[in-house]
Amino acid sequence: MAADPILSLRNVEVHFPVRTGVLKRVTAHVRAVDGVDLDVYRGEVLGLVGESGCGKTTLGKAILQLVRATQGTVTYSGEDGETELTTQDDAGLFAFRKRLQIVFQDPHSSLNPAFTIFGSLEDPLRHYGVKTRAERRKIVGDLLEAVNMRREAMDRYPHEFSGGQRQRIGIARALSIDPELIVCDEAVSALDVSIQAQVLQLLMDLKREKNLTYVFITHDLSVTEYLCDRIAVMYLGKVVELCDAEELYSNTLHPYTQALLSAIPVADLDRKSQRIVLQGDVPSPINPPSGCPFHPRCRFAQDICRTDVPRLRAYKAGSGVHMAACHLIDQPLAD
Amino acid sequence: MVDAPITRPRTRRDGQFDRLRDRETSMQGKAKRRGRFLGKFLSNRLALVGFVIFTIICLMSLFAPLIAQHNPMSPNLRAIAQPPSVEHWFGTDKTGRDIFARVLYGGRVSILVGLGSALLSALIGVIIGVYSGYVGGWLDWIAMRVSEIFMSFPQIILVLLLVAILGQSLLNLIVIFTLTGWGGIYRMARARMLSIREEEYVQALRSFGLGPARIAYKHMLPNALGPIMVNITLSTAAFILQEAGLSFLGLGVPLSIPTWGNILNAAQDLRVLEQNWWIWLPVGATISLFVLSVNFIGDGLRDATDPSQQG
Repeated sequence: MAADPILSLRNVEVHFPVRTGVLKRVTAHVRAVDGVDLDVYRGEVLGLVGESGCGKTTLGKAILQLVRATQGTVTYSGEDGETELTTQDDAGLFAFRKRLQIVFQDPHSSLNPAFTIFGSLEDPLRHYGVKTRAERRKIVGDLLEAVNMRREAMDRYPHEFSGGQRQRIGIARALSIDPELIVCDEAVSALDVSIQAQVLQLLMDLKREKNLTYVFITHDLSVTEYLCDRIAVMYLGKVVELCDAEELYSNTLHPYTQALLSAIPVADLDRKSQRIVLQGDVPSPINPPSGCPFHPRCRFAQDICRTDVPRLRAYKAGSGVHMAACHLIDQPLAD
Repeated sequence: MVDAPITRPRTRRDGQFDRLRDRETSMQGKAKRRGRFLGKFLSNRLALVGFVIFTIICLMSLFAPLIAQHNPMSPNLRAIAQPPSVEHWFGTDKTGRDIFARVLYGGRVSILVGLGSALLSALIGVIIGVYSGYVGGWLDWIAMRVSEIFMSFPQIILVLLLVAILGQSLLNLIVIFTLTGWGGIYRMARARMLSIREEEYVQALRSFGLGPARIAYKHMLPNALGPIMVNITLSTAAFILQEAGLSFLGLGVPLSIPTWGNILNAAQDLRVLEQNWWIWLPVGATISLFVLSVNFIGDGLRDATDPSQQG
């Protein structure tokens, strides 16, 4: 894959203020995303995995500028050069909204219950200059067919559809203005497994047809294995491991990722997998632990982990680079 | 998918299904939707009954001069506190005025004040609440403080002030009710918007770069309409009764002009309450009927706008 970044994130931080007391003073910050460096290459599927509350969704929203980063830059590179999205105002963002879109997690709240499908989907089209109603109806109809639904569905209301159908309508909506990159925020997590496969297949077909780039946010590692070219593992607002998907599954470096992978159920009775059970909860992002954010739950934690924050360092891997943030990787991990 | 060839003889049902399918594929979106809205409203029995009662009361008040045989304001000392008769359908009050005529004429003022103030305050409350609730920030803060000021201000002082400056009039009453009444609906609209704001379809619209006014009024407001409708009907009733109270104190409409509230106030006398039931019962029933009909209409409108309830 040619290293042609469509998006570059540099040291992105999203901190939400915590206000307490009568005067609503800011007493602390929730460090939802805490210094993320990441490149998304054109045409790839980048998986973003981690447990609940690790900041994956916030990072996805920060990419789309739905949540503004408090620090750092998000740079979009297109044919017309590089643009820093984080410093643009709403008017400046207008041109880029067209290229970045999002598919949401919850199919039950992602469509407006008061409007027909056409009513929900036509307004963005009008906003981007499709003037006549007949044209908009044609486009919406084509979109619905592109996600394997009947054209007539556009005159129905969201409650008349099943979860999988709604999710496909959500995908159709994201596609409606021909974006280049789509952030799929847990796009299949709320669906049952057979529908998941169907929607994933649809996403892959659309990617091939329209030459899309996906940032695929999920907590389901079996989905990423099937789908992603590269995977970034997040923990407490930081990326702890980043490499090609195959590399991640075959040569896991970070102890957190090892624990995650060991939790994937395997349908093989004879295989005795060593399940690594993490103790305790994810630490609070308001008051993250000193040093490595993972050290309170890490099997290998040593003194250095409690004091120094590990940087994301590159390691040589079979075909490319393997990034991981752990002090102990240079030394062989004891097991 | 190809339809399987029908091997049995065609029945009436087949014809029906074909017509249904034709209608679906011909895709008449907008026209169908308007028909659906009206159809749903009319198929709601209660709403229809409410609408009929509402229309009858309004029309009777409007055409009061044609219906009533007596002047509602001229006393008749030879017919004081008479029970209902052929001459006086609802009887007469303590100064001998025909109550039927007074109820008819009273409806003009009461409906105007009650419904007018309710709609006007809803309009203001919704316009401010929907936008500030969605946008938030300093605008929301200011709107909230302003509404608190208006809601905490004693209504009676406002009335006194306005009457002192502008004199006693119907319009003043509407202005005052609107000023003191918009806060409740504003808060309700704002609270609804705060919860709808987090829905993912709103996020999706934002990711398309649609403007806040467009998102708030066009896409979110229809989902907040239910409780607002209920609130309008409730405040209509409240305003009709408040008008009565203020008029009684000589701050609203002059006492000689009949309003439903004026008539009802006569029943504050215990003797009237015990002995002259016809003075308070008809007008009380009329107020109840009117408020109830507005209520039913509000419910019907809400259900008709909610697509998830099949009509």
